[in-house]
Amino acid sequence: MSPSAVEIAAAVRSGERSAREVLEEHLAAVDAREDEVHAFNLVLADEARAAADAVDAAVAAGTDPGPLAGVPVALKDNMCTRGVPTTCSSRILDGWRPPYDATVVERLTAAGAVAVGKTNLDEFAMGSSTENSAFGVTRNPLDPTKVPGGSSGGSAAAVAAGFVPLSLGSDTGGSIRQPAALCGVVGVKPTYGAVSRYGLVAFASSLDQIGPFSRTVADSALLLEAIGGHDPRDSTSIPDPAPDLTSVLDRGVEGMRIGIIEELSGDGLEGIAGDVRVRLGEAAAALEAAGATVETTSVPSTVYGLSAYYVIAPAEASSNLARYDGVRFGLRVDAPNAGDMNTATRTAGFGDEVKRRIMLGTYALSAGYYDAYYGKSQKVRTLIVRDFARAYEDFDLLLSPTAPTTAFPIGAKTADPMTMYLNDVCTIPSNLAGHPAMSVPFGLGDDGMPVGVQVLAPATGEATMFRAAAVLEAAAPAGHPLVGGALVGGAPTGGAS
Amino acid sequence: MTDRITRDDVAHVADLARLTLADDELDAFTGQLAAVLDHAADLDALDLDDVPPTAHPLPLRNVLRPDVVGETSDRAEVLAAAPSVEAEQFRVPPVLGEAP
Repeated sequence: MSPSAVEIAAAVRSGERSAREVLEEHLAAVDAREDEVHAFNLVLADEARAAADAVDAAVAAGTDPGPLAGVPVALKDNMCTRGVPTTCSSRILDGWRPPYDATVVERLTAAGAVAVGKTNLDEFAMGSSTENSAFGVTRNPLDPTKVPGGSSGGSAAAVAAGFVPLSLGSDTGGSIRQPAALCGVVGVKPTYGAVSRYGLVAFASSLDQIGPFSRTVADSALLLEAIGGHDPRDSTSIPDPAPDLTSVLDRGVEGMRIGIIEELSGDGLEGIAGDVRVRLGEAAAALEAAGATVETTSVPSTVYGLSAYYVIAPAEASSNLARYDGVRFGLRVDAPNAGDMNTATRTAGFGDEVKRRIMLGTYALSAGYYDAYYGKSQKVRTLIVRDFARAYEDFDLLLSPTAPTTAFPIGAKTADPMTMYLNDVCTIPSNLAGHPAMSVPFGLGDDGMPVGVQVLAPATGEATMFRAAAVLEAAAPAGHPLVGGALVGGAPTGGAS
Repeated sequence: MTDRITRDDVAHVADLARLTLADDELDAFTGQLAAVLDHAADLDALDLDDVPPTAHPLPLRNVLRPDVVGETSDRAEVLAAAPSVEAEQFRVPPVLGEAP
C-alpha cells in the first residue's frame, strides 16, 4: 500500500523524502495501470515535476513548504486550471484553457500539494457511473468490469488505484460520496459554502460543493483544512475560517446520539441491497460499542428528495449551461447566422445525458409547468430542511447507506436514466439541505466489492462527523485488497511508510 | 399532476434550449423525460399549500466589498480562448438577416 498524505507531508517537510521522489513513484503507478483504468483526462507530468522541485527547493531553503508538502493530488476536470485544458469531459469545451485558477487549485498549490492531472467525470458532472464522458469510460480499479460510480469517478478511481493519495471531486447529488463508496475510499461533501466554488464549472449552483477523496479519514481532514474557509470571490462562501478537523479525530463518539435514517435504510426503500444493510447494521453496532447511543429514526421527507432533486438540479443546469453558445470559448460549429450557430454548437457539443437534463430543466421551468414541478420541488426542499432540523434536535449525527448497492457492471444502467438516478437516493437529501455528509468504507458486499456507510451532520457539523468517521474507519472489517496500491509485478507499489 | 409530456412538448423544449433532435432522438427523449416526471408524481401525495419554497440552503445576504480595483482577467488571455476574434472583440455570425 502506498503512503498516506499525512505520511508523505510529514516525510517531505522533515526532509526525509523528496517531493520529486514521491511524485515519480506515483507517476510510475499511473503508468502501470492508467491505460486500463482511465482515471485521467490529462496527466500533467512535467508541470507536476516542476511543482515537486519547487517544494523541494522550499524545504532546502528552510521555508515552510505547507501542510500538504509534496502530496500528489488529482483534480476533477471541472475545476479551472489556468492555461491548462479544463473539459468537464464535454466536447463543447474543446480546446478551452481557463484564464484563471479555481480557488481550491490556488489553495492546494499554496499548501505545497502537487497537482498530477485532471480526472474524468460524467459530462458536466451529470451521472452516477462516469460512463457519460466524451473521453471514454473510467473503470473501477478494483474490478475493471464495474463502474467506479460518478460523477467524480476519475477522482475516486485515482485514489483507489494508488495513483494519488488525495483528489478533489464535486458533489451535487452524491457525486463524491457514491463513487467513494463504490471504490472503497473516503469521500466528503462539506457543508454548502464551506469550500469556495470559484472556478468550479457550475452544474446546479445551489447544490454544488467541492470535497476530498482519500484512503484515510485523516487525509480528507487534512485536505479540507487546506482548501476550506472564506473566499471573497464566492458570494455563497461561509465567512469563517476552515474548521480544525485533524486535531479532533481521536476524540471518539462517547455520549453521542446517532440516528439511523429509517427511510433510507429500512425495508421501506426498495433497492437497498441486503448486504449493504448488513454492513450498515455492523457500522451502527461499532458506533454503539464505542459509546454512542444508536437508534433508528424517521426523517420522513427524505424519500421525496430524489423526485425534488431531479427537477431542481436540471432546472438550475438548464440555466447554467445556457452560457455554452459558441461565442466566447470552446467549440463553435459555424452557421450563417448567430442563432443557428448556437444551436449547431450545442447540438454537436453536448452528450445525451446533458441534453436530457437541459430539456428536463427547461420543461420544469416553462410556462404552465413551473408550479407543478419546480415550485412544488422547492417546497419539498423546505420539508427536507425541516425534517432534518427536527431530527437534529434528538441526534448529533445521522447514518444511512451511501449507495443502494456495490459497484454495478459497466453498461448495466445506461439504457434507463431513471434506474441510474436511483443510485443517488441516499445522498441527495444532504445536498438539498446544504448539510455535510461523508462516505466511509465499511467492509465488502457479497460480491467482494466495497460498501460505504454515510455519516450525515447538520450544517457546519464537520468536526463531529469526522469523529464518527474515524471510529468507523478503526472498526471497519477488512477492505478490498487492491485499494491504495496497484499491484505491479506482484508487489504493491510505494510502501515508504 | 399535469398531463404526460408529449413528443411535441419535447420538440418545443429542445427548440427553447437551442438543441436539434433527430426523430429517433425525440422518441427516446420523450419516453425518458416522461419516466423522470412520472417519478416526480410521488410529490402529489404531499400537502404543500402552506409550505414556503426553498431556493437555496443558506440564508442569502447581500455581500459587499470595498470599492477598490482588484485583480482582473487578462484580456488577451480571455480572447485567446474564443473561437473567433476581431479587433479585440468576440466575432459572431450576423444576428439578424444574411451575412454581408
